[in-house]
Amino acid sequence: MKILVCISKAPDTTTKIAFKDNDTRFNEDNVQYIVNPYDEWYALVRALELKESLGGNVTIINVGPADNDAVIRKALAIGADDAVRIDADPSDAYYVAEQIAQHAKSGNYDLIMTGKETINYNGASIGAMLAELLDLPFVSLATKLEMSGNTATIEHDIDGGTEVVECTTPFVLSANKGMAEARIPNMRGIMAARTKPLTIVPVANAEVLTSIKNYQLAAGRVDCKYISADKPEELIDLLHNVAKVI
Amino acid sequence: MSVIVIAELSKGKIKKASLEATNYAAKIASQLSTTVTAVIIAKAAEASLGDLGKAGASKVLCISNDKLASQDSQLMTKALEQAVAAESADVVVFSHDFTSKAVAPRLAAKLKAGFVPAAVGYPSIEGSAFSVKKNVFSGKAIADYVIHSTKKIIALLPNSFPVTLGEGSAEIVDFSVNLEGIESRIKVKEVKKESNELSLPEAELVVSAGRGMKGPENWGIVEDLAKSLGAATACSRPVSDIGWRPHHEHVGQTGIAIRPNLYIAIGISGAIQHLAGVNGSKTIVVINKDPEAPFFKAADYGIVGDAFEIVPKLTAAIKQFKANQH
Ligand SMILES: Cc1cc2nc3c(=O)[nH]c(=O)nc-3n(C[C@H](O)[C@H](O)[C@H](O)COP(=O)(O)OP(=O)(O)OC[C@H]3O[C@@H](n4cnc5c(N)ncnc54)[C@H](O)[C@@H]3O)c2cc1C
Ligand SMILES: Nc1ncnc2c1ncn2[C@@H]1O[C@H](COP(=O)(O)O)[C@@H](O)[C@H]1O
Repeated sequence: MKILVCISKAPDTTTKIAFKDNDTRFNEDNVQYIVNPYDEWYALVRALELKESLGGNVTIINVGPADNDAVIRKALAIGADDAVRIDADPSDAYYVAEQIAQHAKSGNYDLIMTGKETINYNGASIGAMLAELLDLPFVSLATKLEMSGNTATIEHDIDGGTEVVECTTPFVLSANKGMAEARIPNMRGIMAARTKPLTIVPVANAEVLTSIKNYQLAAGRVDCKYISADKPEELIDLLHNVAKVI
Repeated sequence: MSVIVIAELSKGKIKKASLEATNYAAKIASQLSTTVTAVIIAKAAEASLGDLGKAGASKVLCISNDKLASQDSQLMTKALEQAVAAESADVVVFSHDFTSKAVAPRLAAKLKAGFVPAAVGYPSIEGSAFSVKKNVFSGKAIADYVIHSTKKIIALLPNSFPVTLGEGSAEIVDFSVNLEGIESRIKVKEVKKESNELSLPEAELVVSAGRGMKGPENWGIVEDLAKSLGAATACSRPVSDIGWRPHHEHVGQTGIAIRPNLYIAIGISGAIQHLAGVNGSKTIVVINKDPEAPFFKAADYGIVGDAFEIVPKLTAAIKQFKANQH
């Protein structure tokens, strides 16, 4: 099985978010970068498990600048065979999807996986866009994936529950929690990652349809008002008359 | 050149999130001096479609085609593309929920429309300059996105605005789509819906609990509190990881993000990854025995103490309050 896993770079989940240049750019000072958790823990690990049981190849792909090579090596250390980086600024989802689609067209992949969403821009868009650009079926928010020949059985989240579907390869899937258990790379993996192939591909021509004008931090809360443990009526009164939520 | 809103039915009624998206589309339409057309996969005879008119649509296009029964995003996109063309719409509004996560980005790629998912504010439109604010960094910040393309798709984050229903009425028409020669490759084998439970993303009141509850056998008091309020239940990640609670209740960075009017957090420490999924809530109440729990810094109201004593008392007081209201 030939699997392509799309990975993005995200700030560590404990990062304190700040902006610079008049709030037009994310402040990267002291930010630790990781592979976006959905991409690594769920998409990549499930891809590796399938490869281990069925044979094949797992390629990871990232759209971004040379700084991203460090996180790409992290994903290689977990066990992907090779990596592709498309040397483009990943600011607009459509633009990124076009870059990946151009590469995937000639790759003959049986399965293309993305994470549910990135934890920095929360788009949840690229998988579906990629499926459209490649004219393939798309299964969103998958929590289980089993293969039998070229037929996949997938459990995925839908409005108010879950659904089990079957789909033949090739198709695109976005991975949600449940697909696999996170793996910690071992020393051998980290050493091997240094020499695994990382191909840099030039930018493909595509339109940028959106851009960010500026950022602001979400409004924080004013001080917490403490209520005595023996006076639940006081809380109810505040929720009813002040917050007006009950 | 109407503004299109994609609406959905749930249990025979227009989903609340769809009414919210219709209100939102109406606001955009008034800025653009045009009207709203709602598009829905349903039969025109469906009784509840009138609510779309009350929420601001002047027309409802009903698409009923057997091929769309499985909601395959590939076919849905082809159907919606035809509706957008028929209305010559430049702006399409979705609600940012399960269906839209599969369909809206596809439609955006198809139409080469700039896409802003998880929008939290009304667009600012000045001449041809169009921008929309969206949540980023899992709710820790908001970014203003400029859309450069003529066609624009916005998916509104549910619970961003209250729903208002007026006196309006919509013309309800059948809209037939041509899906000949395309077969879905996705076969639905089984659907498991959570019966009777309030859908967590749509719930206005949520009672959530964490590892402080000690074990699944103690969830009775959490459920009683939720029931007394008519609230949905949620939990922290470790709780769903160890199987105390079902995985669809897990909120946070790696779970679902919610923004109810009221979020009550019981025995949850308030780790940054948990807050990422709930900090959009209008009012937050924290019950924790540790006065230093970080969650208090993100709370509007706090009670320091043992949940096993406080929660039953709170439930009793709410029952009393409800009884007095009648
Ligand atoms: C990349 C990443 C992603 C993550 N994503 C998520 C996510 O999406 N959602 C999420 O929730 N977590 C997430 N986490 C985990 C998160 O960091 C915390 O570990 C988790 O939220 C803690 O859960 P908790 O508050 O239930 O448990 P704990 O941290 O163990 O807190 C239990 C709390 O209960 C209180 N308590 C104990 N007994 C009582 C009592 N009798 N009465 C009242 N209070 C009591 C304690 O004082 C304590 O504050 C993520 C972590 C990482 C690294
Ligand atoms: N720059 C990128 N390069 C490669 N894959 C990406 C990139 N950005 C996002 N993805 C993939 O698309 C998924 C959804 O991203 P998003 O639509 O940005 O939330 C992520 O979980 C990744 O799998």
